[in-house]
Amino acid sequence: MDKYYQPEIETASVGDIRKIQLERLQEQVKHVYANVPYYREKMDKAGVKPEDIKELADIAKLPFNYKQDLRDTYPYGMFAVPLKDVVRLHASSGTTGKQVVAGYTRGDLDIWAECCARALTAAGCTDEDVVHVSYGYGLFTGGLGADGGAMKIGAVTVPVSSGNTKRQVNILKDFGSSILCCTPSYALHIAEVLHEMGYTKDDISLKAGVFGAEPWTNEMRLQIEELLGIKAYDIYGLTEIIGPGVAFECAEQTGMHVNEDHFLVEVIDPDTGEVLGEDVQGEIVFTCLTRKAFPLLRYRTRDIGVITRQKCSCGRTLIKMTKPRGRTDDMLIIRGVNVFPSQIETVLLEQGYMANYQIVVDRVDNFDTIEVQVEMTKELFSDTVRGIAERARELTEGLKSMLNINAKVTLLEPNTLPRSEGKAKRVIDKRKLHD
Amino acid sequence: MVKQLSIFVQNRSGKLAASLSVLRDSGIDVRALTIADTPDFGILRLLVDDAAKAEAVLLDNGFLVQTTDVVVVPVLDERGGLASLLEPMAEAGVNIEYMYSLIARDAKDAFMVFRVTDNAAFLAMLKAKGLKHVEPAELGIR
Ligand SMILES: [Zn+2]
Repeated sequence: MDKYYQPEIETASVGDIRKIQLERLQEQVKHVYANVPYYREKMDKAGVKPEDIKELADIAKLPFNYKQDLRDTYPYGMFAVPLKDVVRLHASSGTTGKQVVAGYTRGDLDIWAECCARALTAAGCTDEDVVHVSYGYGLFTGGLGADGGAMKIGAVTVPVSSGNTKRQVNILKDFGSSILCCTPSYALHIAEVLHEMGYTKDDISLKAGVFGAEPWTNEMRLQIEELLGIKAYDIYGLTEIIGPGVAFECAEQTGMHVNEDHFLVEVIDPDTGEVLGEDVQGEIVFTCLTRKAFPLLRYRTRDIGVITRQKCSCGRTLIKMTKPRGRTDDMLIIRGVNVFPSQIETVLLEQGYMANYQIVVDRVDNFDTIEVQVEMTKELFSDTVRGIAERARELTEGLKSMLNINAKVTLLEPNTLPRSEGKAKRVIDKRKLHD
Repeated sequence: MVKQLSIFVQNRSGKLAASLSVLRDSGIDVRALTIADTPDFGILRLLVDDAAKAEAVLLDNGFLVQTTDVVVVPVLDERGGLASLLEPMAEAGVNIEYMYSLIARDAKDAFMVFRVTDNAAFLAMLKAKGLKHVEPAELGIR
């Protein structure tokens, strides 16, 4: 079994990587300046020319791109090649405002597939594996991204897409799928349905899963691994940059290696824009070094994380980023305290609940309230009022010590919260309705 | 001892009706019913004629259900009937988690259903005092 898909890149020296990055960055800035009038104007305003990029650190001179820039240039204003050179469009879900449309040249699709192939290989995928893709196929990048990676490796791809979970379970069982690709919340749902149908992990042949497209915690990973009998790997990406495969986890499971020959990563202070460098928490910013159709420079992801070059036991030298610790825009401010939904999930999973929960934030008499609703499980249910009240009290205390604020806890009957087949909707902020 | 079903219900009266109609539709007869209520949740406790079948049916319908062993004791329907039972229990250190009364359909007798921390100790105490407890069959329960 090959350990790396492209060892010459994945284990290259830092010096070699930096050299590749600088050459590609210089070329990319020229390409964007020449072909994207919108960004050229931004550069002119900032007083920076392509020739000013003499070393990697000069990237700090370039202006940022925000989601708003992509909305303002919707649909094709950020494209750097004519449409005749574009072979595919993807779009990010427009949950808040206009969706973002991203184009790919044939070469871009190839780069993307290569990145996903590295991720799948790191999860143990070879040309003998059967890859079950339950990410949605379509404008969403999940399905076709994982599909492209599996194709590169030469594995069998089962393009199930999302939905009809009982059928998914039967296919997993009957086709002998060995690797599962989907969102982590859907992986848990598949596990739930598998057990409801009277099967266990011994009835399926999965050995690994590559899960992404939404934040998930380490406790959720342990749950998925236990229920499905697999090793669960994280994969990171966003449509604006390319899709899944921007960064991926190795067997060490302590962070995701960034495919930095294609994507240059920076961590910045979200308030000042100042570059923070390694081992300091801040907002993750990506620059596409090789993508030609939709080459974003310094795109603000709004994901909060840390990057590090600490040596990894897998042998890869690619820089690692932590699982995003939250999003600058997911962050809830409750009574002046910053709260990330991922913190709440950590507490829930630690105490044995499943990741079926909802956070309801409201404002009553000018006072912010937060309620965590979670489904009771068979294991936590006990026949006495005292027993259940004790569970609720433990949860309230766990949340209090994690968040530093009091949250109301509501224990729900099973199957009362909606299940998602894609990204789960966890937060209902009613304060926005009153404003 | 008698098998009792406990169902977790959030305070929505519809759920109570739903669980009962699921049982009725499966031909299960409910012999006793009580609900422990708090502002945040409730526990519906049932004695039915076929606990194993009822549990399976409820699980299939997505209810959170558990079976618990309870002890059913006849209580004389006269002044001090209950006290004459509770006093020796306290003396023997049998702690009551909860209790509720049950009136059998055809009998004149009243019964108390007890969930205690230690069933064996409770049964031993009843025996020592020459008190009876009811077998499931007497209540038409399997
Ligand atoms: Zn590694």
